[in-house]
Amino acid sequence: MHELSIALGILKIAAEQAEHLGAKRVVSVHLRLGPLSGVVKDALVFSYDLARAGTPLGDARLVVEESPLEGFCQVCQGPRPVVSCHELACASCGAPVGEITSGRELEIVALEIV
Amino acid sequence: MNEVTRLVEVRERVLKHNDVVARALRSRFAAAQVYTVSLVSSPGAGKTAFLEEVLRQLKPRHNVAALVGDLATDNDAARLARSGAPVRQITTGAVCHLEAEMVARALEGWDLASLDLLFIENVGNLVCPASFDLGENLRLVLLAVTEGEDKPLKYPSIFNTADVAVITKCDLAAAAEFDRARALANIHAVRPGMPVFELSARTGHGIDAWLSFLESRVATSAAIAGGRPSTPECQAG
Repeated sequence: MHELSIALGILKIAAEQAEHLGAKRVVSVHLRLGPLSGVVKDALVFSYDLARAGTPLGDARLVVEESPLEGFCQVCQGPRPVVSCHELACASCGAPVGEITSGRELEIVALEIV
Repeated sequence: MNEVTRLVEVRERVLKHNDVVARALRSRFAAAQVYTVSLVSSPGAGKTAFLEEVLRQLKPRHNVAALVGDLATDNDAARLARSGAPVRQITTGAVCHLEAEMVARALEGWDLASLDLLFIENVGNLVCPASFDLGENLRLVLLAVTEGEDKPLKYPSIFNTADVAVITKCDLAAAAEFDRARALANIHAVRPGMPVFELSARTGHGIDAWLSFLESRVATSAAIAGGRPSTPECQAG
């Protein structure tokens, strides 16, 4: 499992950003996580809560926003929801979807700061 | 507390550092005209046996080298070195995957320009390597016939980030009651259109088709880069 190293990465980036923004304190870190990111939400939150203790972000909660799984459907000629990670097919017409447009995200999108 | 909080938008990929290092590696590989292939699979799928055979066959006609990642021991490097190709072991300790930085470090002091092909064998793990770009040209995922046909459905992220799949240990297919059609359908459910090669490193069955595919990719990449033209001895044979 690599969620602990991901959690440490989140803390490092959030601390840098907080300093850059002149924050006194970080209340929460907002993360966007896609189902194809390879990262498990529960394991990440667990690791993050262990890793944040004793750091400048000791009080900062991790808020995870899960992004939808979407791809470009060659048949429908447009972006469409995808059935699931186990079936990368267009939810509208059922055609296989080779190009994923949403679902790989692993990014910090916002910081709630004081 | 009466403190007023504010929500500030920041957009930063968590793996940005890895992506930056991977991008730099990719540029280095392109400048040196080294085609780089990474291998991912679960432990015991046959990455090392496959790579031993691939290195042995490519060695007479290409300058090949390999990096091999493991949690501990340099057994795999010793096995691969028997091909005569330069091999370096990356021992990750407790880390369950390779990161771009580890690859960059392992390449220190290596003359990349003297190579045509570099293989990077990742730690046996179908979960974590999915998230880490290593700067490779081609990511290969291996699945052994003994593993069960539903592996792609259980580990969709890794199959989805791969460019090509290799089904290994095909000499054991009958004994393992391997359902080939179901395995192919599952691979294509999570990665539509991905090329799949079926082979056995032990008998050599299917290796030629894979090597032809690889060598045509290498030649195309070199042609696009405007580098060395594909020469007849670079064709499969």
